[in-house]
Formats: sequence, structure tokens, C-alpha cells
Amino acid sequence: MSQHGAAGQRVRLVRDWEWARPVRPVRREVLSATPELEEGRPPLLFVPGFGHGAWAYAEHWLGHAAARGFGAHAVSLRGHGGSGPAPEATLRAYAHDVVQVAAGLPRRAVLVGHGAGALVVAHALARYPARAAVLVAPVLGGWATFGAAVRRNPLGTLPALFGGGLRLSRRQLFSRELPDADARRYAARLGRAARRAQWQLLAGADPEPAVGGPPVLVLGSPDDRVVPASVLTRAARRYGSAPLLFPGMGHDLMLDARWREPIDAILDWLVKEPTRDDRS
Amino acid sequence: MPTPTAHGRPDPETTTLARSRDGRPVADRGDTVCVIGAGASGLTAVKNLAEHGFGVDCYERETGVGGAWNWRHDRSPVYASTHLVSSRPFTQFPDFPMPDDWPDFPHHSQLLAYFERYADHFDLRRYVWFGTEVVRVEPAEDDRWDVTTRSTGGYGPERTSRYAAVLIANGHNWSPKLPRYEGLEQFRGEVMHASSYKDPAQLRGKRVLVVGAGNTGCDIAVEAAQQASRCWHSTRRGYWYAPKYVFGRPVDQVNDTLLALRVPLRVRQWFYHRTLRLTVGDLARFGLPKPDHRVYETHPIANSQLVYHVGHGTISPVPDVARFHPHSVELTDGRQIDPELVVFATGYLPRFEFLDAKILGDDEGVGRPRLWLNAFVPDHPTLAVAGLVQPDSGLFTLSHWQAVLFARLLRLRTTRPERAAAFAARVRSGAGERYSGPVKDSSRHWFEVGHADYLRALERALRDLEGK
Repeated sequence: MSQHGAAGQRVRLVRDWEWARPVRPVRREVLSATPELEEGRPPLLFVPGFGHGAWAYAEHWLGHAAARGFGAHAVSLRGHGGSGPAPEATLRAYAHDVVQVAAGLPRRAVLVGHGAGALVVAHALARYPARAAVLVAPVLGGWATFGAAVRRNPLGTLPALFGGGLRLSRRQLFSRELPDADARRYAARLGRAARRAQWQLLAGADPEPAVGGPPVLVLGSPDDRVVPASVLTRAARRYGSAPLLFPGMGHDLMLDARWREPIDAILDWLVKEPTRDDRS
Repeated sequence: MPTPTAHGRPDPETTTLARSRDGRPVADRGDTVCVIGAGASGLTAVKNLAEHGFGVDCYERETGVGGAWNWRHDRSPVYASTHLVSSRPFTQFPDFPMPDDWPDFPHHSQLLAYFERYADHFDLRRYVWFGTEVVRVEPAEDDRWDVTTRSTGGYGPERTSRYAAVLIANGHNWSPKLPRYEGLEQFRGEVMHASSYKDPAQLRGKRVLVVGAGNTGCDIAVEAAQQASRCWHSTRRGYWYAPKYVFGRPVDQVNDTLLALRVPLRVRQWFYHRTLRLTVGDLARFGLPKPDHRVYETHPIANSQLVYHVGHGTISPVPDVARFHPHSVELTDGRQIDPELVVFATGYLPRFEFLDAKILGDDEGVGRPRLWLNAFVPDHPTLAVAGLVQPDSGLFTLSHWQAVLFARLLRLRTTRPERAAAFAARVRSGAGERYSGPVKDSSRHWFEVGHADYLRALERALRDLEGK
């Protein structure tokens, strides 16, 4: 796994708009599960994708990570879940939310982003030297991703072009293994991202290089009906690696029937990932 | 690359018995880098050097982090009511934001809490030797450095360790700069430097003269206006007193909106003058001297309350002090005033008493090193100074990037020595460069930099270094 992040981009020292127009604070929902015994492992911060809230991780992954000795936290981006409303939010505001929560944790955190939350994490990595980053079924934006989404779900995708909500169907999000009642329950909880953030998914600027050279793991499913396998490969290549694949799962790996496999893989990777001191 | 030993302590097994120039035994710390001071600049240096894979030993004379911002420290200049004068986005480290629900201008105790959290979050305390002061830093062979330390209390023997590089982050706001005035020794009233000012109770009921119009001088004058029986505020020249807020926003954020829009300096100055005229009004009407310079030509003063108190008559603006008499002070306009307490808010000068001043290019020993980017030392590629800048915004972002640049330079010395050599040539040719528009020539502005100009220069240096 790479320690360099997106290569070839320049570090920017003058951040005039960041300084002149800082992101406004908002109430942020953070759900946490802490291990019974503190084992000195880095805390995890889970970042949901567009439409999802911290609840998506609270279903299974938070508790499971805590049971394996990791402090686990999930944030709802502004305008999502239990966080304050933010109809005009941008990707910058979402990244700001992530960095604020990460910097508030007692130790250097691992950022885990799912779907468009992975793009938010990629932006946050330029602002916060994470211990490591995990991009789960990453939607890193661009017209290719949009094209794939239109082909698979034109009715749910096209309105987003005109400021409407991005609606993903149950069949895109979950495999058939997930009981229908669960799938309906989860789908009913989905909200929507702000218009400007949705547009930025198409035509926003690329994330700046990650600071601190964190190792990055990319994982997803070849049967994901939102993120094509080619996009997964491209995302992983950007961070100098190959994606870790979980066939037979839908886009929402943390809610799908076999949710345990990807989170165990992430935690195994974090346990094995050598510490900074060992690498030097 | 050797790894840092547990808790940053020298590992006896890797220690060799080298000798210093005068024959003292030296513990060789291999490729470890020494950082002097665990204040804001020292902490970010430790963090960034460790992040770039270096072992780090940081020596801190006090028992806690925070340097100048830790009011418990002997050398801390903060007083009970110190708040930031640059707003949060300009002050915080670029990769570790302050909580966004903090006020725009946090209190010094919040800043200390921020540094303590920074140290804990990045696990930096294990690199710091607390209660240890640096006595001497001397060049050794191969661009390495012998650093002699002892416990701050003076107990125990001195110890010398050899480092691959040294980053000095001992701060420059702790050694008072005291002006000389005729008759000051005979003056019977109380005299103090702002460094000893801690609490408004020190002013209560007294006739107070505050000398100096820096941000500290203005703060103390405002407190004297509320606590003292009389307050005179003596300034050498007229200044622009910017309010902390204009248009409901912190003034530095408004200013940087113009910078972000690439508005030229002259237009910004016009806009600034216009805004001050609309918000503060004509300062001469309040009896304050008319500034003899345009805004941005002296270090900015952000104080919303000074003019207000002048308007209430609780601060009397007076010109410079001419001389002291045993029971009075004579001003340059011939007036005599009779303060009981004189507070010199006349600033600080940097001191590097552990190092031969010539190494930093300060040939006259006046405390003004000759460096490139205010940080890099000609002919000593493995020595740098962090935080020796007086920006028109917060300092910590600048220190952060100085440390990153130093870390990358050190790394390049082994991986691409030709690039490191080109950098050394640039340091030699660029020493003494300024990174601000024209500023008044006084020791107060020795280290003045415009934050955007300075960061752009650092950015160019980083790109040149890495060949991008």
C-alpha cells in the first residue's frame, strides 16, 4: 500500500479561501463504540457516503471494531443523519466535518470512507495526517462514474444533474442475500446530500496530496452496482495498490448480509500494517 | 535510518565514545535530529520530523509543552487576559484545526489546551526531554552538531550528544527589549516590562504610563483604562488601530478575502484606509497622532477597545518619553506627567545564548541573525531556526511549513545530495531576503513577514527542493 497518496500533485501552502471564508460550525452527530480494554490501537473514524448517516456503521461495524479492540466512531456529515441541516454544503464543508472530528479524537485516527464518503476522506487527508486511510467502494467522482450510474439507474441519477436528490435503488446497494425487510428498512433511512456537493462529485477539483504519507487500502465488490470494478482498480492504483475484493456484495458493504468480511479485512490490515517507527 | 529509541532516550548500545573538540565524551545519536524547545514551533518540528522518519530528541527547559503560551512557564509573556490577535483559521496548524465551535479569537488557556492536545494526539511527549536546557550547540565534523544539555535546575552533570541536525525553536518573545532613557535609574516610581505583567490587579488604583503600541501595549493600556486611576499611553508614532471585527467578520479574514481575490497592495491599502475611516474614524480627532505611514507598513495592531477608551478619556495618548526625573516623566512635547507605575511594552529580542552568534550570521551580536526564509543558515545546512518570524497573521502555520521544508532537506541530503547542494547555494545567495512590503525600519520589524508572501516563498523552496 502506498504511503504517498495521489502522486504528482503539488502541496499548496497558501489557502486563502480556507482562511478568508472558514467553514461554519454545525452540530455534528458522532456515534461511538469503545473497546472494553484499551489496547493502544488507533481510533477509527468512519465516514458515510452521500445519503447515509453514522447509523449505517452503527448497525454492525462500530460494535465489531470495538469488540476487536479498536475505538470506533462514525460521523454524520452535515445535513445527514442526526447532524445539523446544511442545504448549501460543499465537499469542503464535508471534509471539514471529518477533520474536525478526527482532530478531536485522543490519538491519530484511521479514516474509513464509504462511497462518496471516500472522496470526502481523500479531501480530508490533505488537511489531516491520518494514521491510515481505507476507501470502501469509493465514489471518487468524475464523469465516468456518473456514466456508469446513469446506465444502471437513470431515474435515480439524472435528477441529481438538475439539483434533485441522488436516489440509489435497493438492488444497487445490497445483494440478494440481505433479507428484503432489512433492505427496505435501510433504504427508508437514506437521505440526500446537498446540491452543490452532488455537483462537485461530477466536476469538483481533485483532492490535494495526502499529508503525512498515510498507507491507503481500497476495497469493494466486483458486483457493486454503483462502483464498477474498473473504477475500484483505478482508485487503488492512484494510491499505488490493488483493490481488495469481496464478490457477491452490494455497494453498502457495511450493511449487506456478509458485512463481517470487509470489516475483518480492514482490521486485519490495520493490525498487520507496520507502525510508522518500524517503517522508517 | 536508526529509529528513535523508547521515549527518545539514547540507546547505550548504539552510543559510541566520540569526543568533542575539547575532549569531552559525546553520545553519538546517529541520524537523530535535535529540536530545541517544545513550544508551538518546537512541537510542530518534532511532529513533522518524526513524520518524515527521523529520530528526534527535543529539549525543553520547562516541565510542560506550550512555550510562550504556557502561562506557568518562567518565560511566558502571556497575561491573564491574553487573547489571540489573529483569528482561528490563521492561527491553527494547517493539519490540526482548532475546534470550530471555539471563538474567533481564543483565550491563551485554550491555546495551551490546543498544544497539549496536539502533543497527545500525535504522541509527541515521548520525544521531549522536559526540564532540560541546552547549554551549548557547537559544530562537529560532517555538518553534525554537539549539543550539551543539563537539567534546568542545574542539578546533575552536563551531557553532550552528537546530532545529525539541529532545529532551534526557542522562541523570540521572552527576552525583554528595554529602552534606554535618560534618568530612568533615578526614577522613584515602579518600572516593569510587559513580560512581568500578568494580572490587571497590578494596575489597580495606580497612575500608569504604558509605553509602546504593540498589541500587548494596547491591551495593557485598555486594562489600565479600566483598573488604574489614570492611564497614559505613550507611542513613538501614530499607528493604525484596526478593530478586531469589520462587517461582522474578523478583520484578518476580510483582509484575506481581498488577498484571495488578488487585489493589489495599493488598492488594499486604499480599501483599508477607507474601512478604518468608516468604522474607527479620524484618529487625530481623538488626540492620537496621525500615522506617518500607510497600513501594512507596520506590524498590524488589532484592538477594538483602545480608541473607545481614548474616547471615554480613560486613556490619554501621549508622545514618546524624553527623559525620566525622580518623580515625573518628561515627554517629547515638553509635558510632565507623574505616573506611579511605568509599563514598558517595548517588545522582545531573540536570544541564542547557547550558540556562537556568528554561526547564525549575527556578526554584531545584536540578536538579528542573517538567514534565508528567516530559517536557514548559510554554510550550515543542518542547522535551522523555526518560528523566527513576525507575521501579519498567526505564526504556527509558518513554523509548520518551515519544519516540513527542513525535514525534506535533511532527507534529500542522503537521497539526492546534488539537490541539497543546490538548496545550500540558494540559502547563501538569499540570506537576509524580506517577505513583506516596505516596513518601518526598526527592530520591531526585523522579522516582519507578510504571511502570504512568506508562504509563497516557502512553497517555491519546497518545489525547487523536490524538483517539481
